[in-house]
Amino acid sequence: MAKKKDRTLMQGLVIGILFGFFLQKGGVTKYDVIVGQLRLIDFTVIKIILTAIVVSMLGISYFYPKKMVPVKTKPGSIKNATIGGLLFGVGFGLLGYCPGTIAGAIGNGYIDAITGGLIGIVLGTVIYAMMYGKLKEKGVLTQDKYSEYSLFHKIKENPFKFTLPFGAFLVIVMYLMESNGF
Amino acid sequence: MDFLMLERWSPYVVGILIGLLNIGSLLVSKKPLGASTSFMKFGGIIYKSFDKEKVKNNEYYKKNELKLDWGMMLVLGIILGAFVSAILSGDFNLIAVPDMWANEVSDSFILRFLAAVLGGIFLGIGARWAGGCTSGHGISGTSLLSVISWVAAIAFFVGGIAVAFLIYGM
Repeated sequence: MAKKKDRTLMQGLVIGILFGFFLQKGGVTKYDVIVGQLRLIDFTVIKIILTAIVVSMLGISYFYPKKMVPVKTKPGSIKNATIGGLLFGVGFGLLGYCPGTIAGAIGNGYIDAITGGLIGIVLGTVIYAMMYGKLKEKGVLTQDKYSEYSLFHKIKENPFKFTLPFGAFLVIVMYLMESNGF
Repeated sequence: MDFLMLERWSPYVVGILIGLLNIGSLLVSKKPLGASTSFMKFGGIIYKSFDKEKVKNNEYYKKNELKLDWGMMLVLGIILGAFVSAILSGDFNLIAVPDMWANEVSDSFILRFLAAVLGGIFLGIGARWAGGCTSGHGISGTSLLSVISWVAAIAFFVGGIAVAFLIYGM
């Protein structure tokens, strides 16, 4: 049992190291690149995310019908994804890093990330934990029909029927961005 | 191995690699990439050392096991991996105030520090409220075709773009 636990931790570490390495090589461990995206002057972040989505989605389309990868999505509702998402966005714009890239920024040497940013994020989660009881009591944290919903559950016989055209659409979006100088 | 020394790779190459990494993570660990939960656990562990009872009785922390796990190792790994990459290409620099902020807002570290704390607080609350971050919703959830993740990811950028324009102007 102890061995299995160690192995899980080791997998997390190795996957994290690769993730951090790729993020840094992509330039997205840097404030100027991330905020450049939010100011719509540098489209690196969106290019990385959209490409990762296309590849990942096609991989899941291949492995999910063979039951080799789990498709477990988050609970919640459109309403709370919007409220939480906008709050997150305000923080994203002000801080200039998100939870994954702030870890990368720390590795890249950003002092504002390891001091103020880290303190702030951790504090934010503690504040949320303190608010949680009240939010639940007041009925804010509802779940709607999209809670834990994934389109993959509906199209598991042949997911490529949806993901190939959708992936192609995202590639065309990126092609148009690139050819228009973004 | 010269490519490991390069300062930047094409965003498309990086995107492909992150996509493959997410598939690998799902295949091997049965978990998608995500970062924000680990900050919550980290916060819970620190908070617990100040007030054990309060954390024990907190409804939110009760739902989550507060100990070193896969996700926290992932975040530690990100720090390490980014450090190694930056060192290899000579791109590691200690920067207190990022250039863009220093040139267009202020070169005061105190101001940047306070903005980072405030931004971090919004980020922490928002990530927990939405149930994920740019990795968990933005890359993993979107590619798992979760409608909630697509909505959250779009909201992250809508909020972020609005604040960036407020700070820096059009």
